[in-house]
Amino acid sequence: MIIQGLAFYLFAAIAVVSGAMVISARNPVHSVLFLILAFFNAAALFVLMGAEFLAFILVIVYVGAVAVLFLFVVMMLDIDFVELREGFLRYLPFGALIGLILLVELLLVIGAWLVVPDGAAVTQAPAPPPDSGISNTEAIGLLLYTDYALAFQLAGLILLVAMIGAIVLTLRQRPVRRQRIADQVNRRPEDVLVVRSIDRGEGV
Amino acid sequence: MFEIGLGHYLTVAAVLFTLGIFGIFLNRKNVIIILMSVELMLLAVNINLVAFSTTLGDMVGQIFAMFVLTVAAAEAAIGLAILVVYFRNRGTIAVEDINAMKG
Repeated sequence: MIIQGLAFYLFAAIAVVSGAMVISARNPVHSVLFLILAFFNAAALFVLMGAEFLAFILVIVYVGAVAVLFLFVVMMLDIDFVELREGFLRYLPFGALIGLILLVELLLVIGAWLVVPDGAAVTQAPAPPPDSGISNTEAIGLLLYTDYALAFQLAGLILLVAMIGAIVLTLRQRPVRRQRIADQVNRRPEDVLVVRSIDRGEGV
Repeated sequence: MFEIGLGHYLTVAAVLFTLGIFGIFLNRKNVIIILMSVELMLLAVNINLVAFSTTLGDMVGQIFAMFVLTVAAAEAAIGLAILVVYFRNRGTIAVEDINAMKG
């Protein structure tokens, strides 16, 4: 139990610190790398909670796809990031005030709530007991492909629309040079050629 | 102190969510960092969902965390595509320059 506690504090501390570095790093590339670190530590927290499948999905989807997409965009666009950081300190007090208020409110909520005694009665899909031999992945699959099959299909549709949208937005039609025989045949010397007489020693 | 319960995970998620909001205020000009802050907030929401799901023994929370993940991935793809197109047209991504529609 002590090892679990120590692991929690380690992963939680790294996740929070790297989250702070994401928003305060001077270089956006560093921001993306810290975001990846935060995702990895959140995945470790998921493993600690006992949600292994989501932990690996988090690493695969967020680190493997989303963070790399961010990295591509940050490195591909030629942006003057120093100019974008102007006013960083001007917004700091206001942002800090709002963040502090929100954090205090959230922590007050966390400290004050309690689970309904018979809350287990309203459980929609009870998790399999640890000794049942059903893993977390299997339990999610049993639920996702039966009760939530429609939502699953809709999620796939959302991804399809997002993919088509991203392609349509960023596809650039470059003018392609094709050979036109008629233009070549119709080309006359007097259309494209100018003969000039040049004075000696003057140049054009 | 070493007994890790629901409250611990909720606290981490609350701190991450606040960092996301703080990041939006801090980097008012840089759309890329704002998008990253939104990802951070979605991560905090996911931690909340999974923490409740595992503590209360209900698998639905993890299913919905997966759907949140899907939507977050789609949102990042579309957002970055819009960003690339905007940068191509205007040569900048500063937020205050995005006023072509006078909204």
